[in-house]
Amino acid sequence: MTSIGTGYDLSNSVFSPDGRNFQVEYAAKAVENGGTAIGIRCKDGVVLAVEKIITSKLLKPGANKRIATVDRHVGIVSAGLVPDGRHFVSRARDEAASWRSVYKGPIPVSALSNRLGSYVQAYTLYSSVRPFGVTAIVGGWDSEAELAVDGQVGSGPKSGSGGKVDGARAGGPGLYMIEPSGLYWGYYGAATGKGRQAAKAELEKLDLSSGNLSLVDAVKEAARIIYVAHEDSKDKDFELEMSWISSLDGPTHGRHEEVPKQLLEEAEKAAKRSLEGEDEEEEEVAKDGPNQGERMEE
Amino acid sequence: MNHYPEVWGRPRDDIYGPYNSSYLQTTGPKTHTQSPAVTGTSVIAVKFNGGVAIAADNLASYGSLARFTDVKRLRVFGDSAVVGFSGDVSDMQYIDRLLESLDIRENYSTHGNMMNAKNLHTYLSKVLYKRRSEFNPLWNHILVAGFDEDKKPFLSSADLLGTTYSAPHLATGFGAHLAIPILRRLFPEEKPLEEISKGEAEAALRECLKVLWYRDARSLDKYSIAVITAEGVEIKEDQVIEAQSWAFAESIRGYGAQVN
Repeated sequence: MTSIGTGYDLSNSVFSPDGRNFQVEYAAKAVENGGTAIGIRCKDGVVLAVEKIITSKLLKPGANKRIATVDRHVGIVSAGLVPDGRHFVSRARDEAASWRSVYKGPIPVSALSNRLGSYVQAYTLYSSVRPFGVTAIVGGWDSEAELAVDGQVGSGPKSGSGGKVDGARAGGPGLYMIEPSGLYWGYYGAATGKGRQAAKAELEKLDLSSGNLSLVDAVKEAARIIYVAHEDSKDKDFELEMSWISSLDGPTHGRHEEVPKQLLEEAEKAAKRSLEGEDEEEEEVAKDGPNQGERMEE
Repeated sequence: MNHYPEVWGRPRDDIYGPYNSSYLQTTGPKTHTQSPAVTGTSVIAVKFNGGVAIAADNLASYGSLARFTDVKRLRVFGDSAVVGFSGDVSDMQYIDRLLESLDIRENYSTHGNMMNAKNLHTYLSKVLYKRRSEFNPLWNHILVAGFDEDKKPFLSSADLLGTTYSAPHLATGFGAHLAIPILRRLFPEEKPLEEISKGEAEAALRECLKVLWYRDARSLDKYSIAVITAEGVEIKEDQVIEAQSWAFAESIRGYGAQVN
């Protein structure tokens, strides 16, 4: 059943007879036009990357960041309407701050995603609001070490259990994707935006669930995937923006940071090289015939 | 006696008739924020060539009771500033959390222009002044140590009224009376900062803490010391006052066993 002309798409919070909320589906359409954003979760950290389409040559290169930091240990990247994404991040920061004021510690990535999922979902319920025009990828690292409570001044009693379980393991990477409907799931690899299909296909090849990919390799893969996803909109210029969160003993010490310039450039160079390699190979295949062109790319 | 606290100490209804409770003030201004409860004593700090050293003992007193003996009163902010707190410990915790949230918000932008100790001191003095103007002061005397915008050593003080002052060496609490004269003798005004080494500054602080341990009844022999240099903050939180000599106590007259 089409939505056009039926009237069921005119308001949020109205179901169509076959059980769809068209406003939410339109919001998902807005996301499909945004620059590709991906997230990769590996054992020792999380990488976020986004294809930032350059809409004007008058924009300052490297300015207008699209990946935002929430608290210290979480990064959010979104595809879709940029202002909606900004508001989403602002809400995430408020949630993280409110968590701190109650629990005196950093918000777990799962709890933050849960709250943001609820927030986005609430915007599908009322006719006075429209749904979020973004799909957001939330990546972070929950500290594996025991953290001091914010403002803690001493070490507490030396005896007594204190509710601690010996040998209990906590913390680790977290990666969630929140859609305009409010639906959110945890992922090993997440992709959204225009090039999501190509990006998802590449992510699946990485076999992320086996936990063999290292964080630095994930940075390089993320760069390559954004370049692959950009192939379909080659006429537009873009900037690659990447951030990462490592474990406490890793390069960012559990903090969400931009990928250092040197590593970013290295990853970009490798990404370009691998794409050029593919092109050359295709040409070679065309020249030599299909049988001789089966060499693997590096 | 019954179990209603509000009638304790008041005339009993069964003897004196019902009390006209409209004379009682049921609501009134809060007063418990206007005096400290659990307190820390002196903080002392010295500038030296290329940095600042700051120290405080690890005691939080409840009145004259030495209540908590592992309290960290030197709080590190960012990667090159330390705030030393004397006064109310719960207000210190409030300020510590305030600075934590400030630090988180500072890091949202990636331009790299982080707050230095001088900015931090300005901010804290305004927070303190605002609170005193609301008759709800944060009961602390604070020393901020680090660097200013020109990367020069910075040391300044702010108290519960929002009053600020700075000097090459500073002390709060009892230290203002006992440590400052020692520091002035060791590092006279004529002596340029360039001639004071890190080791000298640290040794001077340790010496001052020893004197404070001898003579300040609200002090402790366990202390923390932080040295801030261009390389970062080096903080040691489990120091013990060494080489004590209580021989001088023999000559003290006026209280205790020897009244004369």
